[in-house]
Amino acid sequence: MTVNLTLLTVMGALYACGIYLILERSLTRVLLGLMLLANATNLLILATGGYAGLAPFFSKDTDPGSYNDPLPQALILTSIVISFAVTAFMLGIIYRTWLLARQDDIQDDIEDRRVAETPSFDAEDDAVIPVETSEFPLPMLGSDGSAAAESTATVEAGGRTLLAEHAALEEKPGSANFTTDTDTDTDTEGGAK
Amino acid sequence: MNLASLAPLAVVLPILGAALTFVLIRHSRAQRAVSIALLSLTLLLECLLLASVWNGGTAAVNIGGWVPPWGIVLVVDQFSSLMLVVSSAVSLAVLVYATGQGMADGDQDAPVSIFHPTYLILVAGVSNAFLSGDLFNLYVGFEILLTASYVLMTLGGTGPRIRAGVTYVVVSVVSSVLFLIAIAMVYGATGTINMADLAIKLSELDEGTKTLLHVMLLVAFGIKAAVFPLSFWLPDSYPTAPAPVTAVFAGLLTKVGVYAMVRTETLLFPGDSLNTPLMVVALLTMIVGILGALAQSDIKRLLSFTLVSHIGYMVFGLAMSSVAGLAAAVFYVAHHITIQTSLFLVTGLIERRGGSSSVDRLAGLAKLSPLLALLFFVPAMNLAGIPPFSGFLGKLGLMQAGIGLGTPLAYALVIGGVLTSLLTLLAVARVWNRAFWRKAEDAEHPDPVLLAVPATETAPEGGATAVRLLPRTMVGSTLGLVVLGVALTVFAGPLFRVADQSAAAMLDRSAYIQAVLGDAALVPAAALGGGGK
Repeated sequence: MTVNLTLLTVMGALYACGIYLILERSLTRVLLGLMLLANATNLLILATGGYAGLAPFFSKDTDPGSYNDPLPQALILTSIVISFAVTAFMLGIIYRTWLLARQDDIQDDIEDRRVAETPSFDAEDDAVIPVETSEFPLPMLGSDGSAAAESTATVEAGGRTLLAEHAALEEKPGSANFTTDTDTDTDTEGGAK
Repeated sequence: MNLASLAPLAVVLPILGAALTFVLIRHSRAQRAVSIALLSLTLLLECLLLASVWNGGTAAVNIGGWVPPWGIVLVVDQFSSLMLVVSSAVSLAVLVYATGQGMADGDQDAPVSIFHPTYLILVAGVSNAFLSGDLFNLYVGFEILLTASYVLMTLGGTGPRIRAGVTYVVVSVVSSVLFLIAIAMVYGATGTINMADLAIKLSELDEGTKTLLHVMLLVAFGIKAAVFPLSFWLPDSYPTAPAPVTAVFAGLLTKVGVYAMVRTETLLFPGDSLNTPLMVVALLTMIVGILGALAQSDIKRLLSFTLVSHIGYMVFGLAMSSVAGLAAAVFYVAHHITIQTSLFLVTGLIERRGGSSSVDRLAGLAKLSPLLALLFFVPAMNLAGIPPFSGFLGKLGLMQAGIGLGTPLAYALVIGGVLTSLLTLLAVARVWNRAFWRKAEDAEHPDPVLLAVPATETAPEGGATAVRLLPRTMVGSTLGLVVLGVALTVFAGPLFRVADQSAAAMLDRSAYIQAVLGDAALVPAAALGGGGK
């Protein structure tokens, strides 16, 4: 099989630019990158058809060996139509993003960020039991060894040490986000249940 | 004329329905009737197709009379027709649910009227992908369903949906480009894209080329099937879509990817050349997916992570390339489509009843709505694999196949599978404990709807215009799917028999190749190194 070197060089350049562009954060550039990738792939399919030849089935006298392979061209036609539809849809999405947020960037998932920042301490599952339920009272101990009843039990959460009650409050989104300066705050009576 | 020659109707009927519903875009009642009627008809037809191959056998239809390997063929065998029936049953239930939701919300806006045509095109794409006997037609099937899914994903065009839609569209387009590159390379190497023809010609290639093509196809399908580490996009994009859309995506789209992987592994590249990497990937998919699920507090996100995690089971069954493993994987795919979809539908109901899908805001639903609690409990236990449900049977089949294989990696996967099953139980039990079992006052941020019980209970009587929290059609369709999930347990015997036969036929390959290329076709000896019965 002979190959067309110009075609292959162009294809390589298109792939390189396309991959560079889809790694950008700007949506318009991502779209351009996707278009380049799709067209590079079309060239690749064309290249698999072999050398350029005569139009197939045009005349009965043509030697089958001098035909161009028609199948890759049919495949390219389909893939052009598909990438056309996807490009139109992407343009619609980009316009909508611009209308909604006045920016052309890919945005972060808020819930992802929230889950990432949630301390591993879970109030429901991990909190020390605040009320002594045993008939034979024993001091309940926090992870640092101090008794829970004295409200000084601490937990490790997100790389810092919190009072257990503060950590329990921090579970609640948006309600009581203790900043680091309150971590050392020993005035826990206000936050007690 | 045999029954199998009706196979193209499974693609044509939904597309016809899409055209009709486009014409009827101003008449929502007629639109609903047409789409439900045509989808029911499609389901009936696919049941006939399944019945025609129930006892084995493969039939091929040449589209437009072009003889393979030049023309496009649709192939009906046990696996593809089973997938068709399950997927159409699930799509029909979701469609009824979605129309129920639209009616309950009194929503006459454009997004709902655009929903029906798009949804039917999605179904047509899924059917086309399942039936296709031609690699490029498989690509076209994928593109039909993906393009429809782009529209459904961004339905309404709200901020979060557009944000999620961008990730989804870009990742899907990149995976499609990879698939197309793989097709071009396959064509360059063999000069054909007919899958039966490829099964013969690929085996004549040298080892290096074969591995390259194999890996490229698996990576392209792996992105679509959400196999770790190619699964990052799924939990980001699925949860923001409307509840019925998420449900049908979760049930069907990833499974089409799994289906394509099964065909690649069995028909195109038989043997165990890539089994070890696939097993490692399956183990990582299971464990990483379920650990992600445990960190979530939003039910939809949690379910998206369990979806990723359970894809690992299917890849595990596939990677064993033994009849027992593949049969269990086939059964597991059918089970998982039903269960995952019903769980997402129930989450939609929870969101309506409790006002939120975050477990921090939900509480006391078991008391408020015992039926809802039952609808969640049954598929949740099924997903976690509690006996006697079908999830347990599917996992048991996989474990038995893994132990039968007996390699250290297979044992590691069996242990990983059990662990994942237990962690799934932990994840759904936490949802159960918080959203259903605890008192409404105990929630961190109880939704006002949950606390004002008497008011909401009397609201429907107050006026006919009041929005019903749980419309009958939505509960009915969810109930239907849950019952289907239980039916998979009751009829697991015959279903496993069909799965066994289809696995044996897929590993043997001769039935498929001869159905497409004629009885004279030379079937290369199956290069099954290990595991073949």
